Amino acid sequence: MLSCKDFLKELSDYLDESTSPGAKAELDQHLKECPNCWVVADTTKKTIQVYRGTEPRAVPDRLKFRLLAALESRMKARQKNC
Amino acid sequence: MADTAETFDEGSLIARAKAGDDTAFTELLTRYERKIYRLAKNITQNDEDAEDVMQEAFLKAYSHLDNFQGNSKFYTWIVRIAVNESLMKLRKRKSDKLVSLDEQVDTGEDLVPREIAVWEDNPEAQYSQEELRGILDKSVESLAPIFRSVFVLRDIEDLSTEETAEALGISIPAVKSRLLRARLQLREKLTRFFRRKGGNVLAFL
Ligand SMILES: [Zn+2]
Repeated sequence: MLSCKDFLKELSDYLDESTSPGAKAELDQHLKECPNCWVVADTTKKTIQVYRGTEPRAVPDRLKFRLLAALESRMKARQKNC
Repeated sequence: MADTAETFDEGSLIARAKAGDDTAFTELLTRYERKIYRLAKNITQNDEDAEDVMQEAFLKAYSHLDNFQGNSKFYTWIVRIAVNESLMKLRKRKSDKLVSLDEQVDTGEDLVPREIAVWEDNPEAQYSQEELRGILDKSVESLAPIFRSVFVLRDIEDLSTEETAEALGISIPAVKSRLLRARLQLREKLTRFFRRKGGNVLAFL
C-alpha cells in the first residue's frame, strides 16, 4: 500500500488529473483508507478553486492614464515613420 | 455596458493591430490589462514595480508586435513579457538566492502536513469580498518567490505546466515540484481561516 508521503508527492498531478490510470487507481484507494490524506486532498483542491475563482481587480485609473499616454506617444512615433 | 472588444475574435484584432490599426491594440490592452497587472503585482509584491512592469510589458508588446507568431495565444505571449519584466524587478530588489529560479528542492520532507482540519462547507462565504481578497493576497505574498511565481502562473493565471516552464525558464519537473509545495503551503495558511469551527478531524466521516 502507498504511504502518505508517496500520496502527497503525487497530489498535484492527481488534482490536475494528469496521473496515469494505474497510478490514479492506487491514489484513489489510498484516499478511501486514509482520512488524513482525504482532508489534505480536499482542502488543497479547495485552495486551488478559491484562487481560480477570484476576478482580477481593476487597474487604478492613474496607472491606466499613464500607460495610455505612453502608448499614444509610441503610436504617434510609429505613424510618422510609416 | 456592451463591450465591443468581445465582438471581435482575437485573431482579427491581432491582424488589425499588426497592420497598424492602433485601436485594435488598445482593445487587446483593455482585454488583458487587469490580468497582467495582477500578475505583475503577485510576482513583484511591490506597487511601484508592478506599475512599471505593466507599462513596460504593453509598450514592448506594441513595439514588437511583428515578432508575435500566431501559433501561440496573445495572452501567453504578453504574460511571458510581463514575467520577464517582473523577474528583472525582483532581481534588482533582492540580490539573494531567492530569485535563482532553477535551484532544486526535492527531499519530500517538507510535504508533511501540519494542519489537518476539514473546512467549512462554503468557507469564502464567511468573509466579505475585500476580506477574502486580503486573505488570499497575504497568503500568496508569504510564499518564497520560486514557489509564488509558479503558483501565480499555474493556478491564478491558468497557464499550462508547459507554458509556465517556458515563461519562467525552468524545467517541467521543477514546475511540478514547486507547484505542489506552493499549493500545500497555501493550504496550510488558508486552513487557519477556513477550518470548520468546533469540528474535529474526522467530522466528515
Ligand atoms: Zn495518507
